[in-house]
Amino acid sequence: MKFDRRTFIGSAAATTGLLAAPMVRAQGKPRVVVIGGGAGGATAARYLAKDSQGALDVTLVEPTRTYYTCFFSNLYLGGFRDMGSLGHSYGTLASDYGINVIHDWAVGVDRDAKTVTLAGGSSLPYDRLILSPGIDFVDGAVEGWDVSAQNAMPHAYKGGSQTELLKAQIMAMPQGGTFAMVAPPNPYRCPPGPYERISMVAHALKEVNPTAKILIADPKESFSKQGLFEEGWNRHYAGMVERIGPDFGGANVSVDPQAMTLTIDGDVNDVDVCNVIPAMKAGRIAEIAGITDGNWAPVNAADMSSKMDPNIHVLGDAAAQGDMPKSGFSANSQAKVCANAVRGALTGSTVFPARFANTCWSLIDTNDGVKVGATYEATDEKIAKVDGFVSATGESDELRAATYQESIGWYDGIVADMFG
Amino acid sequence: MRRHLLLLAFMGAASHGFAEVGGDPERGEELFRQCSSCHQVGQGAVDRIGPQLNHIFDRAAGEAEGFRYSAGFERAAAGGLVWTYDTLDSFIENPRVLVSNTRMSFRGIAEQQDRDDLLAYLRLFSSSPANIPEAAPTAAAVDHAVAPEVLAIVGDPAYGEYLSGECTACHQASGAATGIPSITNWPTEDFVVAMHAYKEGVRAHPVMQMMAGRLSNEEIAALAAYFESIR
Repeated sequence: MKFDRRTFIGSAAATTGLLAAPMVRAQGKPRVVVIGGGAGGATAARYLAKDSQGALDVTLVEPTRTYYTCFFSNLYLGGFRDMGSLGHSYGTLASDYGINVIHDWAVGVDRDAKTVTLAGGSSLPYDRLILSPGIDFVDGAVEGWDVSAQNAMPHAYKGGSQTELLKAQIMAMPQGGTFAMVAPPNPYRCPPGPYERISMVAHALKEVNPTAKILIADPKESFSKQGLFEEGWNRHYAGMVERIGPDFGGANVSVDPQAMTLTIDGDVNDVDVCNVIPAMKAGRIAEIAGITDGNWAPVNAADMSSKMDPNIHVLGDAAAQGDMPKSGFSANSQAKVCANAVRGALTGSTVFPARFANTCWSLIDTNDGVKVGATYEATDEKIAKVDGFVSATGESDELRAATYQESIGWYDGIVADMFG
Repeated sequence: MRRHLLLLAFMGAASHGFAEVGGDPERGEELFRQCSSCHQVGQGAVDRIGPQLNHIFDRAAGEAEGFRYSAGFERAAAGGLVWTYDTLDSFIENPRVLVSNTRMSFRGIAEQQDRDDLLAYLRLFSSSPANIPEAAPTAAAVDHAVAPEVLAIVGDPAYGEYLSGECTACHQASGAATGIPSITNWPTEDFVVAMHAYKEGVRAHPVMQMMAGRLSNEEIAALAAYFESIR
């Protein structure tokens, strides 16, 4: 079915009386609203604005004024980065790219009227809506924990204050104390992330608290870059890290944030810091928009459009897309494919075939960097893996140091690609 | 290629010295004159503008003690570049194929026979004659030159701009370079040659091999045209 979108919006808005509400409107240009200013949303907004050269009206809705990247936050825990170096503003996207940046929460999506409602009360009409809301946590995923306990037992799985809190707790641990992590089940944001975090916590503790212990309760049989991490833990942090997998009850856990205990398969452990990373789901606005199936929002691989609504696209962690890991790199890659397709649909520009890539670097200890990556293509069914590689165990110190240097270059590259 | 097959057949039949099958070291010595303004080889050889070349075969790149290499060279070395017959052959053919921004300003040697002769000469300073038959597995050079018709492809800069999104996730569009090299302001031909070297696995970097591995000749040309257009 084809129809003139703008006419349709106009009539829908008129019949529902939305014209009376405060509206952010452009003069006749097709409107794209992007919700979420992370690796997916900021990239999509920037590429849409940059490539359309004024032909599109682009609005970016993001609650925070300074965006702290979740990627590289583990390096802050390890003492390799300061928090300021992970913070980025939206100033350039507004001033140099003409993007209308609105710092507010999106609280509603009316798919028939094609409008987004903001917490502040205003309403944003769209021709295409791009959702890149990241993750939220599944209620009741870890017995005894909910977000009201996140100060006692931080998740630190969204960048910013939670990361700072976790670091402060690690630094305040008593000598010989225990850092515990409840690792998440698949699928979740940044597959190597929890294990890079273990490495960085071990690095920090080795310097200030060398008799401290690290305990991981893990519901997964295996995890990303497992051989590389285990080799690194043995090499750098011998005897410090204990991981309890599902065979020994790692999936059967509960926590008591008041008593500071972690119970694994009936065994109660007193812990000093407990990093609970619960099971994840798409950021809440995806559920509000009614485009989720289970925990995630299914999309078509060719243009990242929702399988529930052709005028909504979903990027990054929130999307159920197939083979790509949930990572900032993936979201950035998907955003460029989506921006190209949305611009083509709204302005008639050439749409090139979708192509995706991902690389994830992890730091195990000083100058001991590893990486994993793959390329992907769009099939009718999903985003499908084409080719990939992973660092090898036993690599030379020079290569590991070069890989770490490369990861620093990647960080600078991707934030330039996101924020201009 | 035809010549290489003949060489391998010959080497299988008799364990003769490398020089007899790979090239003429005496002619190589003459050819080395064009290298000798920068490089020394043989007894008492020391680093000059370029590093001394004794025992270059099977040595990891960038390991001449005390020599200050360029950043591009150190990057290639850290990436695992080892000097074999094959890698030396492609480096001498065109240094930029293997190492971006190397200080070795040398246009390269186009003729395979000249390269074989030169390498036969350098080989004399790398191992004793007794070890020479062991060189057989690496003795056959592969032609890494990008075919003129591939170099001649004129890319579509609009498609290149779209494809460049895959580059700018890591390489900064501004040309700024921290841990990852700049890819702006490259001459088109260097860009094309380097991408084909990754695609064929001559350059060692696994991410770049993966990214270049699925680029068609036209797509590499499109990227080169785009990066040329924003110089």
